[in-house]
Amino acid sequence: MRRPPDLLLRFTRAERWVHRATAALMLTCLATAACLYLTPLAELVGRRRLVVTVHVWCGLALPAPLLLGLAFRAVRADLSGLSRFGPADWVWLRAVRARASYRPAGKFNAGQKLYAQWTLGAMLVILGTGLLMWLTHLTPPAWRTGATFVHDWLAAAIAVVTAGHVRMAVRDPEARRGMRTGLVDRRWAEREHPLWPEANPAPEASPAPEESGPEESGPEESVPVTEDGRSS
Amino acid sequence: MGRRVVLGLLGLGAAGVAAGPYLQRAQDTVAGKDPTGLTGLLPGGGGFRYYSVVSSVPSRGPDTYTLTVDGLVERPGSYRLADLRAMPQRRIVRDVQCVTGWRVPATPFEGVPLAHLLDAAGVAAGAAAVRFSCFDGEYTESLTLEQARRDDVVVALKLQDAPISHSHGGPVRLYVAPMYFYKSAKWLSGITVTDKVEPGYWERLGYDVDAWVGRSNGRDDAPTA
Repeated sequence: MRRPPDLLLRFTRAERWVHRATAALMLTCLATAACLYLTPLAELVGRRRLVVTVHVWCGLALPAPLLLGLAFRAVRADLSGLSRFGPADWVWLRAVRARASYRPAGKFNAGQKLYAQWTLGAMLVILGTGLLMWLTHLTPPAWRTGATFVHDWLAAAIAVVTAGHVRMAVRDPEARRGMRTGLVDRRWAEREHPLWPEANPAPEASPAPEESGPEESGPEESVPVTEDGRSS
Repeated sequence: MGRRVVLGLLGLGAAGVAAGPYLQRAQDTVAGKDPTGLTGLLPGGGGFRYYSVVSSVPSRGPDTYTLTVDGLVERPGSYRLADLRAMPQRRIVRDVQCVTGWRVPATPFEGVPLAHLLDAAGVAAGAAAVRFSCFDGEYTESLTLEQARRDDVVVALKLQDAPISHSHGGPVRLYVAPMYFYKSAKWLSGITVTDKVEPGYWERLGYDVDAWVGRSNGRDDAPTA
């Protein structure tokens, strides 16, 4: 099936599945943590051993989707884009603080980049402290106390930040569609991501937008692309 | 900027692990002096946490609760709540230490010394240990006879000077003051004298059977007794 001309491919199938699997694992970890941690939920659910087992294995699997995703060029391109902060990103952050309307952004805006970096850092720390708590014979008890302290507080922070992430998604149906189907409305992309080469091709290059952005473009972007945005 | 966030979080995490024991103590100190109870909402906050190994536990009250004492004893028997309340009581105030790290300071427990129940039943020759069963249908615990006869081991009826609530293991729970709190089985319904120690629920999953606080499970907490 051909992609309608007013739609842009924002996320390939691989990118969407990395997001989906990571989200599922993270939400399972948060839900099981709540059942272990919050007394009313703990009393309701019980079954401590089962809940602990689910929590531990979902936690261990947390980085797996991202690592598997590294096999796909589109995922690697997103990771590299998300880890680079440019001048436009500072303008974007200042504009948010000043409530200004001009907020320049490439494929990802500065807020999305910060969120991605937070996710990666928090994931590594929560996994590391979780391992210290799980493999109790490897480390002295003081480490375990410290790891538990960090794990508890970070888990609370992750819950809050994740809720914020979901709230942003709830407020933007087009962004949600991008993550669900891979395709977004061209006008939305031009408005929200004016510096994204896909959204804003040079006028003479408009029939072949894949020429315009070496960083974000890959074989996925060549037209025609299947509706589900196959990965290479 | 981008990568600095990741590195910063990693650094903060490592610093938190190193400083965690001190920070946790500071947090507990503040929480201990907090009259509003709001600090109880903080992560890793003080106070008891609810653990149950089954999905739901039936409620037992004065009309439905019985504690049976059997096994290698001369006079097996069963006791209602009123019977237990009529027996000599002992009040013990010690810290409660969970093997997962949380500690509740100076917590009063009150109940019948386990030694009294064992004497009333008459321990038979060849007995060496005691197995505890619970009306949640799943949890078990055990002590050697010598441990069970200690004067800081009670069949507790009261916690913090009030009848033990269901979520705290009421109406009757075991309280083994010198050991990690998993030894203090909730919802106690059976005491069986045996010829050898039979590891309890968590002990079959790797926890130490002799669970002295500070000297077992690879932990170094301050002893509670």
